[in-house]
Amino acid sequence: MIWEVFRQEREGQPFQHAGSLEAPDLVFAEAYAREFYGRRDESFALWIVPRDALHDVREPYVAPVFDRDYRRVDGYSLKVKLKEARERVGAGHAPPGEGGA
Amino acid sequence: MTSRAEELLTLADDELILGWRNSEWTGIAPFLEEDVAFSSIAQTEIGHARAFYELAAQELGTNADELAFDRDPEEYRCAPLVELRLVPDWARTIARHWLYETADAIRIEALKSSENEAVAGLAAKIDREEVYHRIHADMWARQLRASPERGRFEGAVAELWPYALGLVEGEQRGQLCSAVGRETVDAVERGTHTEELRPLWEEMTMVRRSVAGAAW
Amino acid sequence: MNEDELRAYVQEGGQVESGDPLPEAYRKALVKFIEMHGNSELMGVLPEREWILRAPTLQRKLALTSKVQDEVGHAQLIYRVVEDLGKPREACLDDLLAGRTKFHNVFHYPTKTWGDVGVIAWLVDAAAIISQKALLKCSYAPYARIMKKICWEESFHILHGRDVVLAMMTGTDEQRELVQEAVNRWWGPLMQFHGNPIPAEDDPMYQWRIKSQGNEDARQQFLDGYVPQIWELGLTVPDPKLRKRDDGVWKFTEPDWDELKSVVTGHGPQTEERLGLRRYARGETEWVRRALLAEAA
Repeated sequence: MIWEVFRQEREGQPFQHAGSLEAPDLVFAEAYAREFYGRRDESFALWIVPRDALHDVREPYVAPVFDRDYRRVDGYSLKVKLKEARERVGAGHAPPGEGGA
Repeated sequence: MTSRAEELLTLADDELILGWRNSEWTGIAPFLEEDVAFSSIAQTEIGHARAFYELAAQELGTNADELAFDRDPEEYRCAPLVELRLVPDWARTIARHWLYETADAIRIEALKSSENEAVAGLAAKIDREEVYHRIHADMWARQLRASPERGRFEGAVAELWPYALGLVEGEQRGQLCSAVGRETVDAVERGTHTEELRPLWEEMTMVRRSVAGAAW
Repeated sequence: MNEDELRAYVQEGGQVESGDPLPEAYRKALVKFIEMHGNSELMGVLPEREWILRAPTLQRKLALTSKVQDEVGHAQLIYRVVEDLGKPREACLDDLLAGRTKFHNVFHYPTKTWGDVGVIAWLVDAAAIISQKALLKCSYAPYARIMKKICWEESFHILHGRDVVLAMMTGTDEQRELVQEAVNRWWGPLMQFHGNPIPAEDDPMYQWRIKSQGNEDARQQFLDGYVPQIWELGLTVPDPKLRKRDDGVWKFTEPDWDELKSVVTGHGPQTEERLGLRRYARGETEWVRRALLAEAA
């Protein structure tokens, strides 16, 4: 059985694919994963998964045909409106906390 | 030599010779993943031998390498079990591995209560590393017992059982019987080396002896 | 992608993954190249493992066991890549042991002394690492990735090798003689190691960017890095023609390419004995692999 091994280099970091190995069951797979990806203390933690349990997804989403800029940072242009809003405040309206009661 | 030094040398010699025998599998183990795993076990054993030698060396006014390599074969205190050449028989290799780890766990546990702090401390450290060896030995014992080849493994355990008993003394033998699930038999005792030790020693020390006293 | 498109793509630095559809010619070239590498790591264990047993100190015993263990590990990583390309590990072993596939020349030669242990870890591994670093940019991404781990682990090996050699070179006359004698014997195979000087553009492995460095380039890199290290220890190289020209190019006696060809096709001094040991061990442990499969089934 082929097992895929993911390793976490340091605590808190993402688990990254490290390699694969052949073992008859999880106990063996764990023993071997420790050896291959931990014998130099180079991994903080490991995930071991049977290869069959992994699904390769090549094109993560539908090719965008319609514009979906509302989902992205570059879909928002604030410059003009922000300038207008600041000018409105500057022309005779006091900022909060100054003057007044 | 004090009885403590003798005991340390006994443990060191067992680990060194067993580590040497287990190293005979490096490169030719049943499959590559296991080759890497078993090689780590051999290295850990030699590392433990070194630690025991270093402790003994402090008392004996020498160093670990001199104790490991510069004694005559007759001076080694290892048990016959570890001297046996078992390559290329994986069943007997795993049987020895499993029996040895079981016996070693018993004696390391006792050592952890040693009145000598250095010995107790070392035993605790070794015990932590040995956890992995025990998992590995149990894993293989279970696998072979559940397989169509269980006869090979059980036969090997039966054959090596008298040798395994010779690893420990006194009440530890009773503990070993319980742990292994076997009745006591006449043990192959320490004190007489097998014929296999001398050729092992000659190969083990041939480079070192080739230029006596050199640093390597 | 067809062959031409793929060639253009990889020559621009593009990489492909195991899930990508690969032209058959490329896949075949990959399997051939990578399989030979796996075979070499596997066979490379044999010249060294006997010296584990003979190591003259506990430290050297541990270091050498660790080094050999890494090499077995590399064989595992490499054969996994080959298996994912369609050729199972057992088929690779069948072909290797039947003499149908090759492994690198250096592993066909005997090791005679502790001097060999030092020289192999220092110089032979150095030659191998130069080739391996060039593979970090391999067009086939799964192989490039394992090369990263392999190169990292090999870095310990060269240091170990150099340490072993330095201990002997600062030791007795007999020890220095062991090193020099080993260098004399290994020089020929070392000079042949990177292969004959086929221009990179004519090398299909380079065209596919499986290798990213030509053979002669690798050899020059080796000489540049290691001849000075050899000479600074007072060792000699058994080639009176070896010298570095003013333009930086190393000149040397033309290696014996017939010897190289003969050796890698299975006629090296130790080839048969080593393959024999592998066959024997494999046969004796066949029951173990069956026992594991039966349980998993």
